[in-house]
Amino acid sequence: MGIASYFASLNPAGLLGRFPAGIAQGIIWGIMALGVYITFRLLDIADLTVDGSFTTGGAVTVMLILAGWNPWLAILAALLAGILAGMVTGILHTALGIPAILAGILTQFALYSINLAIMGMKANQAVSVDKYYLSITSRNVPAAILIGGLTAAVIIGLLYWYFGTEQGSALRATGCNPVMSRAQGININVMKVLGLALSNGLVALAGGLMAQFQGFSDINMGRGSIVIGLAAVIIGEVIGEATLGKHLNFAGRLAFVVLGGVIYYMVVILVLWLKLDSNMLKLFTAIIVAVFLAVPNLKAHARNSFGRAARNAAAGTSDKEAE
Amino acid sequence: MAVMLALEHISKTFNPGTINEKRALIDITLRMEEGDFVTVIGGNGAGKSTLLNAAAGVWPIDTGRILIDGRDVTGLPDYQRAGLIGRVFQDPRTGTAATMQIDENMALAARRGKRRGLGWGVTAAERDQYKEKLKLLDLGLEDRLTVKVGLLSGGQRQALTLLMATLQNPKVLLLDEHTAALDPKTAQKVLDATERVVSRDNLTTLMITHNMKDAIAHGNRLIMMNEGRIILDIGGEEKKKLTVEDLLRKFSVASGEEFASDEALLG
Repeated sequence: MGIASYFASLNPAGLLGRFPAGIAQGIIWGIMALGVYITFRLLDIADLTVDGSFTTGGAVTVMLILAGWNPWLAILAALLAGILAGMVTGILHTALGIPAILAGILTQFALYSINLAIMGMKANQAVSVDKYYLSITSRNVPAAILIGGLTAAVIIGLLYWYFGTEQGSALRATGCNPVMSRAQGININVMKVLGLALSNGLVALAGGLMAQFQGFSDINMGRGSIVIGLAAVIIGEVIGEATLGKHLNFAGRLAFVVLGGVIYYMVVILVLWLKLDSNMLKLFTAIIVAVFLAVPNLKAHARNSFGRAARNAAAGTSDKEAE
Repeated sequence: MAVMLALEHISKTFNPGTINEKRALIDITLRMEEGDFVTVIGGNGAGKSTLLNAAAGVWPIDTGRILIDGRDVTGLPDYQRAGLIGRVFQDPRTGTAATMQIDENMALAARRGKRRGLGWGVTAAERDQYKEKLKLLDLGLEDRLTVKVGLLSGGQRQALTLLMATLQNPKVLLLDEHTAALDPKTAQKVLDATERVVSRDNLTTLMITHNMKDAIAHGNRLIMMNEGRIILDIGGEEKKKLTVEDLLRKFSVASGEEFASDEALLG
């Protein structure tokens, strides 16, 4: 296929047509990313539980809707299931002294079996909007965008309030400076468990929304959630700081994280539209996240490195020789 | 007068049974009365910081008892006895949360030892109160309440930590070489501020310093540590007349060796 015929085969209308559904799905990933933000940015823990708890949320929601539950109540149950998963990781980490990243991997690993059990030992479970009342569905994209957006707004409002309270402040302090926090009478282990629980609760809630949106839950639906979440957090921060800079407050940061999720998903759609191999998508995502995580370090290194010291020293010697 | 801090026959050995075994505190007894300002000196590894960390509850002690204002706190970890204690650390970065605002840091300290619920982390009334307190530091911080602490200088952060440690009259104030990381001029400012707040609130204070002159100039009592023991304890009139030469002589008599810290002599 020549380059001309490749471009001729691309259909701009097709791209535009996919954007609305992409926005809806991006918002759901954005809600998931709010959970990742709590652990990654506020607690300073990279929590890998989320890959499992996202699926847990989807599985719990679908099974309860199939059992006749109201979809919103099913999502609340998913939230509780995610909170439990986060607490398990938190207890493995704090009470049993397992490094946070390993604790998350262990819980995620265990959740694979648990998620299968929730779905009746099946790898996926369908929930059709034709038979059941769903809170959000890809069949009605404008409504999905509205409901997803409102849900995100409510969650951002609640998080903004919570992290301004005494307890929320203590949680932020724990992530920022554990020694100081203990000296100020904060039980940092309790705060870590709390933060992990809250984070995974939100992730599971997002999983519940995603399962309804796509009409099924799948054992692998959460795979890569942590990377997508990090991508959303980082994209959101970069754009937020570039547009609002110093005026960016906490609620603004959270809103930009959700926007980061939307932008991430737009890029995914663009990649698919360009007929790039979608199997390579995870590779692209990983590279993008790695680059953004590395940039602050590389910038610091450019200012302060042995290589630079050597060049300065070399330049200094030649100056003296010139005198 | 009431005994405010009592360390009774406390011992602590790090890494017991290994090649790195270190008997950091050996059967130490120290009683401080209300309003006592004790300065602690000693060489590297003498056990000064260990003594202070034992009082703070950073880790459990092996033997002995710790009482603060008559209350046995031996079994309480640091965050559970924090309501009784104010602490300032050597590294100015340790005492404050860099990514949080000045008012948020102060509010964290104001709730030390209290239950943290879902009330506001900082209230408007508190902000006014904090402004007044910050004015006393005379560092211009009162107009920068919402600035992130990470943007402050080391001296400013240490002064803020001191303010936070004394915000709600602690039973015991623990200062771990809190001016050692500052330049001499800033160190003097922080030391002056310490002297002011300790005498104003009559705080029971334990201050480690590596500077013999500071140890002599401040407080009503001086203890010197060596190899996990208190080898000198000087108070009252004797402390007032003390000179650096006296101290050095007393040290070699008490320990049978020369004092081996140039820093302490030159500082």
